[in-house]
Amino acid sequence: MKSADHASEATTTDDVALPAPAEAKTDGPGHPASITTDVLPSDSATELVVPALPTDMLLEMYRMAVTIRLMEEALLAAAEEGQIGGAMHTAIGHEANAIGAAYALRPGDYVTCTYRGHHHGLAWGMNPGRAIAEVMGRSDGFAKGKGGSMHFVSPELGMMGANGIVAAQAPHAAGLALASYLRGEERVAITFFGDGALFQGVMHETFNMAAKWKLPLIFYCENNRYSEMTPIWRTSSIEDIFLFPRAYGMASVQIDGNDVEIVHAAVSEAAERARDGSGPTFIEGITYRLAGHMAGDLETYRPPEEVEKQQAYEPLTVLRRKLGARGISEDQIAEIDEEVDEYIDEAVAFAENSPWPDRSETYLDVFAGSTSSGG
Amino acid sequence: MRRTTYIQAINEALREEMQRDEDVFLIGEDVGHYGGLFRVTRNLLDEFGEKRVLDTPISEQAFMGMALGAATVGMRPVVELMYMDFTLVAADQIFNQIAKYRYMTGGLLKVPLVIRGQQGGGKRYGSQHSQSLDSLYAHFPGIRVVAPATPYDAKGLLKTAIRDDNPVAFLEHKMLYFTRGEAPPPEEEYLIPLGKADVKRVGKDLTIAAFSFCLLQALEAAETLKDKHGISCEVVDLRTVEPLDTETVWESVAKTGRLLAVHESYANCGVGAELVARAYEEAPDLLRAPARRLGMAPVSIPVSRVLEEEALPWKEEIIASVLDMERR
Repeated sequence: MKSADHASEATTTDDVALPAPAEAKTDGPGHPASITTDVLPSDSATELVVPALPTDMLLEMYRMAVTIRLMEEALLAAAEEGQIGGAMHTAIGHEANAIGAAYALRPGDYVTCTYRGHHHGLAWGMNPGRAIAEVMGRSDGFAKGKGGSMHFVSPELGMMGANGIVAAQAPHAAGLALASYLRGEERVAITFFGDGALFQGVMHETFNMAAKWKLPLIFYCENNRYSEMTPIWRTSSIEDIFLFPRAYGMASVQIDGNDVEIVHAAVSEAAERARDGSGPTFIEGITYRLAGHMAGDLETYRPPEEVEKQQAYEPLTVLRRKLGARGISEDQIAEIDEEVDEYIDEAVAFAENSPWPDRSETYLDVFAGSTSSGG
Repeated sequence: MRRTTYIQAINEALREEMQRDEDVFLIGEDVGHYGGLFRVTRNLLDEFGEKRVLDTPISEQAFMGMALGAATVGMRPVVELMYMDFTLVAADQIFNQIAKYRYMTGGLLKVPLVIRGQQGGGKRYGSQHSQSLDSLYAHFPGIRVVAPATPYDAKGLLKTAIRDDNPVAFLEHKMLYFTRGEAPPPEEEYLIPLGKADVKRVGKDLTIAAFSFCLLQALEAAETLKDKHGISCEVVDLRTVEPLDTETVWESVAKTGRLLAVHESYANCGVGAELVARAYEEAPDLLRAPARRLGMAPVSIPVSRVLEEEALPWKEEIIASVLDMERR
């Protein structure tokens, strides 16, 4: 059992007793998931083969990462100004998980995700202007302002819905995978969730059914080491959550979720397994949330130095380093940054200028084919 | 016409809709190889195979959520809850997800699925296997609620429910399963629209609005009231609780001037309370005496035959209520 000292220290992993990872091709790095947040398994040993992605693709990925980052920052600013109500959870620091996965999957594949889902939406091709409008509750939001921050959705892109209830979207993805299987299609479904979702019963029900039925499904856990405001070591019975799905006979791998190439490789491999009928895969992408759990989070649960330390591992830094090594100049990077900055400014302006929905909209979309409750 | 059981009617509706539309599939506990705890889905696995009739683990949340996922891409899952009480196990998926999904996505997605299973008391299953949840389902916008009382209605309404583009809670009753009634032979297809009540007995003194097994109890009560007390009751079968066909009820009340709403779910905050409230809001001039509601006693449902009978709002309770209303 961990001592309370662990909480105050929270900087080394030496005192953590580790379960031995099982021997398997897709074994994780065999290192703790760094619940103390000191180390990311970025360069740690994994048997996952990680091919280098083309520089052009990395540049596109970088542009997307900056787009997500700047949109999230713009949304936080708008929340500060009081333009956004309710709970808004940004994905600052999580970008690579969504981008690597989106590039690894095909058009026609399905995705569902958690309420921290802005990055999935954008990575799957949703328009930032309409996204911001949705979060602000404006009529140009893709759900006309009815879903908001926690319910990004775009069926034509395969984005089948983010969810406000932890883990609820996992069985939805399993149902999408089931539809693909029943119809004899090649579509794969991926569902994103956080480490906190591992402790919902429905998650384990879904693991079991997906594994038993060999559904074409990818479980992608973005482990940012905090279940909302509580560090995972306070709540999890084991250190490495990628070990849970192994109990269900599922392939499971722990990777650096901040590296788009590693994420891309892991999701590609999982998608291949899903498409050839070998069943679901669990991917634990180790990542870190650089902003608060939600807009307005006091962040009393972690020291600023911890966040500072993560700057060296965060997705944009990693991508810039990769691109630098490929001979992309700092000027080229700065040019992308500026273009995206302008693009997001325009998106914010679009959202701010979007009219409020007509009040009559309140009563629409309760039922298909009718306008009200029918009562 | 022929005589058929309520179970057989539902089984036929499922079979016909599965034959008609490849996207219809059944999912639930013991629905396949065993044929359903109450044998409602018997023989369907043999006819349609394991990809159309899916036996699940005892994981109500997961298979309910999977049905939602599959429905959003146009499949038409029919989910069996072995007991409707298990609604409460899957409550997040049903009320936070299925009921809201269309609305939260601004109408981008629809959720054409049916949640079906039996509810109700009378078989001494106790507190966690005898509840009637029609009022609970009806409380949430976004789900249709159907509760037929006869084999004829069950078949026609289930076929419609499966074709509906909205989630439908299709509430059967364990006391109805082996009841028989007239229905056309399978080759004569018919559908019954949701939201249409049906006058099952014509009368002039008082309107009893009921559904599900209480409808049969109301019909029996009406017979006794006629024979022993000379009171002529009109019995309106609501058939669907959402949407609620108040128009048909008001037409009846226009004639009788009296309204008693009866159901097996709790009277407190129930469908009957809703109907009575709407009567005062929408048709107060029709009422010549105070409208009333009758439901399950506000207790968890006991096992003992004697205690369960005491709690259920069945025939004797209905008669007592009508007599009390007539006295005033």
